[in-house]
Amino acid sequence: MSKTLSDHGTSHGNVKTYMIGFILSIILTAIPFWIVMEGGASKTTMLAVVVIAAVVQVLVHLYYFLHLSTSTDQRWNLVAIVFSAVIILIVVVGSIWIMWNLNYNMMVR
Amino acid sequence: MSTETLTKHHDAHAEHGHHDAGANKLFGFWIYLMSDCIIFATLFATYAVMVNNTAGGPSGKDIFELPFVLVETALLLFSSITYGFAVISMEKGTKSAVLGWLGLTFLFGLGFIGMEIYEFHHLITEGFGPQRSGFLSAFFTLVGTHGLHVTSGLIWMLVLMYQVATKGLTSTNHTRVMCLSMFWHFLDVVWICVFTIVYLLGAM
Repeated sequence: MSKTLSDHGTSHGNVKTYMIGFILSIILTAIPFWIVMEGGASKTTMLAVVVIAAVVQVLVHLYYFLHLSTSTDQRWNLVAIVFSAVIILIVVVGSIWIMWNLNYNMMVR
Repeated sequence: MSTETLTKHHDAHAEHGHHDAGANKLFGFWIYLMSDCIIFATLFATYAVMVNNTAGGPSGKDIFELPFVLVETALLLFSSITYGFAVISMEKGTKSAVLGWLGLTFLFGLGFIGMEIYEFHHLITEGFGPQRSGFLSAFFTLVGTHGLHVTSGLIWMLVLMYQVATKGLTSTNHTRVMCLSMFWHFLDVVWICVFTIVYLLGAM
């Protein structure tokens, strides 16, 4: 018992939590594939559904498979991933923003 | 189960210093995964910038086959859950079950990589290799990097299965199984971003 407590970074979950994560992932994969393959919805609707499903599925994986949570033994893992998220946001949004502006000003398109 | 927990508990006591080192290794590995996240973020940013630069070649809409990608996604998702069962079996201390689940995970992963190699080979023989356009360069770099990670994960899994088979479920092997667990689930998270941003948005 003390083992699981001291073993930070590795709260292991059980069959139930893994199965919940798995079933949620199947649903969150099926919905975006279905809506894009069907092709009936408007582009904005598709975009919204696909992006929201992806964000939720990433969170599901982090919580149910990587066992990331706000508990004390997970605190530093959480701090690390939040910090990485900030860096990723700066890199991705910054690159797209700068390159889009460059294209626009150079009239490449 | 309780007796197994007791024996494991005893082991954990005997190797207590070792065990703390294990927890530190897992945290260190998590930090490595975060830096890997940033590699993928830069590749995603490059892809987003290059996606419209098709240089008269095909766009995503012309070359992506969603049913094929759906099968790849399913293989990777199944491999995630089977790895989860390997970890649960390890907690119960049943070595043969751990090896069985790891073997199944390996096969799912191998299926995924096989499909990816088939897709790449198919595109290159059609003349849509990475040299065709900026879009295809970015596509091959991003998806290929993920594929290389999965391949390293598969090699690691073979080595780990050998280690578990010969040395048993020792505290060191416990740490190794947990590190690969993080790596494997992390690759599935990256794949969610790949199939969403590259394939689904590309095929829209």
